[in-house]
Amino acid sequence: MSTATAQQGTKWWSGGRSPFNATYGKVMMWYFLMSDAFTFGAFLISYGTLRFSQNFWVDPNKVFNSFPFAEGHNLPLAFVSLMTFILIFSSVTMVLAVHEGHNMNRKGVENYMILTIIGGAAFLSCQAWEWHHLLTGEHPVLVNGVIEHWNTTVSHNPFGPEVMFNGQLVHTPGPIAFGSYFFEITGFHGFHVFSGVIINIVMYIKTKLGHFDQRGHYEMIEKAGLYWHFVDLVWVFVFLCFYLV
Amino acid sequence: MSEHTPISPEITFVPAHAEDTKKIWKVFILLSVLTIIELSIGLTIYNIKLGGEGAQPTLVLAFKGMVCILTLAKAYYIVSVFMHLGEEVRNLIMTIVVPLCLFIWFITAFLVDGNSWKELRNRYNRPADAPTEQVAPVKE
Repeated sequence: MSTATAQQGTKWWSGGRSPFNATYGKVMMWYFLMSDAFTFGAFLISYGTLRFSQNFWVDPNKVFNSFPFAEGHNLPLAFVSLMTFILIFSSVTMVLAVHEGHNMNRKGVENYMILTIIGGAAFLSCQAWEWHHLLTGEHPVLVNGVIEHWNTTVSHNPFGPEVMFNGQLVHTPGPIAFGSYFFEITGFHGFHVFSGVIINIVMYIKTKLGHFDQRGHYEMIEKAGLYWHFVDLVWVFVFLCFYLV
Repeated sequence: MSEHTPISPEITFVPAHAEDTKKIWKVFILLSVLTIIELSIGLTIYNIKLGGEGAQPTLVLAFKGMVCILTLAKAYYIVSVFMHLGEEVRNLIMTIVVPLCLFIWFITAFLVDGNSWKELRNRYNRPADAPTEQVAPVKE
């Protein structure tokens, strides 16, 4: 049994041991996630640059204010809070699965992996509803003195500055970059969630088949967990940039 | 059983993992509370904006800054506790965190650039009859 802390003066860099005290696979997972963080960072910063260059930007509370089965009610931030809590909770079940893996408890890992997969699928369903709602929901918008009905797409944005028209406030066309960035970034994040769910399903099957018990450790669950938490981490920033500010 | 046995000869020691799940649930509650605070700030901004676009810009900006700080706090707890980076050795922490510091400069430089783009356009992209300096027109 080795000690639980490094001894003073351990020569980390003189060979024979990992200077990061981690296996190759885990270190490479960290480096992959770091590069992925730069990809997402580049997307979000480019969105920020464009947004800072505009005199007018869309108010998210006017775009994201509906909830399934409650269309027509004004509920800003409600649906995205649900999505955020789903993702945070599935992150918790994932870290509990990793914990059970440390204890070599196969049944526990299986149960928590199932819960994590359900959480991921629920999040994807929410996102599908939200995209559908934006792409098909029509909003009145004043174009060249005529009221037209537009969806929110990568080429149309009905949430521009409000003006008075025939005695009521109506939107004019807004910056189309809003739709492009929203669908690009949430789509790329949703794709990560989707592949995370696939990875988790593979991990569940491998657990069920007893592969990790034969191997003697559950490190694969840890690596899948790192990826899954990263997806949650990215959502925290997407939530900030698109829904809150 | 094999909790404290390294899985590979390259591993010098196994970080001590808590026996119970208390810390995980504590962080979950913390993240939930931070999210609820963020949401209430978001609703406050919404209510301020009901008073008209551009109402109380300083207050709105201050609230947005608070939300950004809360988001960074959430990110710290996710990475350090859920991803167990806080339990790893210093070498691994540094090899991940130091490169990410580039973001400080990226965000500053690009947002300032976007802002200057807006100001230049507002200054020089006036209607044709307005008196301007002799500058090539900026295309939208």
